[in-house]
Amino acid sequence: MTTTATTSPAARRPAPDRKATPNRPRGARRRSVSASLHGFLIAAAFIAVFPILWIFYISLGPDKNDYQHPGRILDNLTLSNYGHVLQDTGFGTWMINSLIVAFGTMLIGVMIAASAAYAVSRMKFLGRGSLMYTFLLTQMFPVAVLMVPLYKIMGSIGLLDTYGGLVLIYCSTAVPYCAWLLKGYFDTIPVEIDEAGRIDGLTPFGTFWRLILPLARPGLAVAAFYTFLTAWGEVAFASKFMLSEGNYTLAVGLQSYISQFNSQWNYMAATSVLIAIPAGLVFYVVQKHLVTGLTAGGTKG
Amino acid sequence: MTAVVEGKPARANRRQRTTGPGSGPLNRVKNSYDQRWYAWAMCVPVVLVLSAVVAYPLVQGVYLTFTDATSQNVGRTIGVNHIPDSFSWVGLKNYADVLTGANNQFWPHLVWTIIWTVACVALTYAIGLALAIALNRDMRARSLYRLLLILPWAVPTFVTIFGWRLILADDGVVNQLLSLVGLPGPSWLSDPLAQKFAAIGVNIWCGVPFMMISMLGGLQAIPRELHEAAEMDGASPWQRFVHVILPGLRPVSSTVILLGVIWTFNQFNVIFLLFGGNSDSVQILVTYAYRLFFGQQPQDYAGSATVGILCLSILVVFTSVYRRWLKRNDQGVLA
Repeated sequence: MTTTATTSPAARRPAPDRKATPNRPRGARRRSVSASLHGFLIAAAFIAVFPILWIFYISLGPDKNDYQHPGRILDNLTLSNYGHVLQDTGFGTWMINSLIVAFGTMLIGVMIAASAAYAVSRMKFLGRGSLMYTFLLTQMFPVAVLMVPLYKIMGSIGLLDTYGGLVLIYCSTAVPYCAWLLKGYFDTIPVEIDEAGRIDGLTPFGTFWRLILPLARPGLAVAAFYTFLTAWGEVAFASKFMLSEGNYTLAVGLQSYISQFNSQWNYMAATSVLIAIPAGLVFYVVQKHLVTGLTAGGTKG
Repeated sequence: MTAVVEGKPARANRRQRTTGPGSGPLNRVKNSYDQRWYAWAMCVPVVLVLSAVVAYPLVQGVYLTFTDATSQNVGRTIGVNHIPDSFSWVGLKNYADVLTGANNQFWPHLVWTIIWTVACVALTYAIGLALAIALNRDMRARSLYRLLLILPWAVPTFVTIFGWRLILADDGVVNQLLSLVGLPGPSWLSDPLAQKFAAIGVNIWCGVPFMMISMLGGLQAIPRELHEAAEMDGASPWQRFVHVILPGLRPVSSTVILLGVIWTFNQFNVIFLLFGGNSDSVQILVTYAYRLFFGQQPQDYAGSATVGILCLSILVVFTSVYRRWLKRNDQGVLA
């Protein structure tokens, strides 16, 4: 976005000692404000976390209808659902497939997004503006339009029912947003660094690879997080393009599971928890970069 | 080379100063040639992927909308036998059917899609902004709150929505709580009206973390002096909100609202996973198109692609109007 809102009162200077504000007796007010603030945040955090905790809780109940009687679970907590899921289903295979696809998407997606974003951020070339607009445009494509043609294309180049095919498709959904985000992040890195690199004899690509990428770690972390999650949580394409059971990803596997055991909610819940763990780990590694990485683009671009 | 880089005139000037007067014209031409070569080389992978996976299928998809393709007449390979395409060109018939056909499903779904998009984006934005402002203060346990509040984003939607299904089920925890208070619990997952509230609620739950984090970054980019100056001038909290925070957030807001509208309009997962294919009135256009596609026999490829193309056109029109509106407003601000 090319909106640089310059907020006006740049000329106004804050007075040197701002401690001397007239409304001194604000201790009591402060405390009530902060109490209500904490109340608000605790309520919000509770709503945010509750569904996730709830699945975890249900997953500990032995009976498939325990979600209707949550009180019962407390009396007979068990990990048997996990045992069943891990031993008697294709869970391990699905997990490995999902990990391959998600990490593949992450690596390839972030690399190509970063290189394109760097070019757009630093160099002037024909088609630069339209490239950014195309990125935005690709976010608008509904699944239904692309499904049949993609199915045929993937079939004809032999990528149907392969990891490569899914990685390619997920890249196309995740890369445009990542490129946007990274472009914004690169914009915040001073050009002088590039110039210094060029003077020292680095090629533009060398500058990008050795100087800019290491500096852009927060941005890259967020892009990695985003691509990983896109691939990890996608359902529609995975369930239509992965045909053989050995290639199911978790999203597909979980669905086959519903029809297989119809209403075994407890197994579903256990599987869900197991699925959430890797995503949670990636998130935990990345989360301290989220704020800086995610918004550099929005604020500066 | 005074082609000003859009949006960042400052940098363009600076670069001009460093490379401009010193280097000779020949060098400059060579530089720009080199740069262009590199720039294109660095964009090639993205362009290749996007054209293979988006552009080419899109052209095919558009072509399908002018035919009567269904799953029965599209070419396919069964074992070693290859059956060629046998659908034929029907011109604008699909569009006419979708928009004015006898059994018209498009307009009701469009109305609901618009209500859904507006409600979701407005509420998600408001809640995200409120949380971001709350989190932007110095206080105890701030990073813990932040961590917990982002969690809905970190867990894949097909997992969290499954959780919501358990919670909203007829005998689920929400209805049990409601009956404790003595209120009748609607069947959130099957009653047409309650479904809509459930859908919007769950989608907001999924969307708030992204908004919140984006705004938080935006808030942190507002210079502290502005807040202090406003406080010095005796501005009330509300005045500070309207005159400092909102204008300072404008660049972020305009981006996340645009993305929010696009993503919500095309939000497939929430509706599909929460209700499956069996309830009709809650389907937005994207899931409706998907149902035309997979939910019936023979699968109506052409009809589904037509609805998809209509979605796409609506979004393209919206985006260009929105961008033009932004641009005009900006000039207002800058002039």
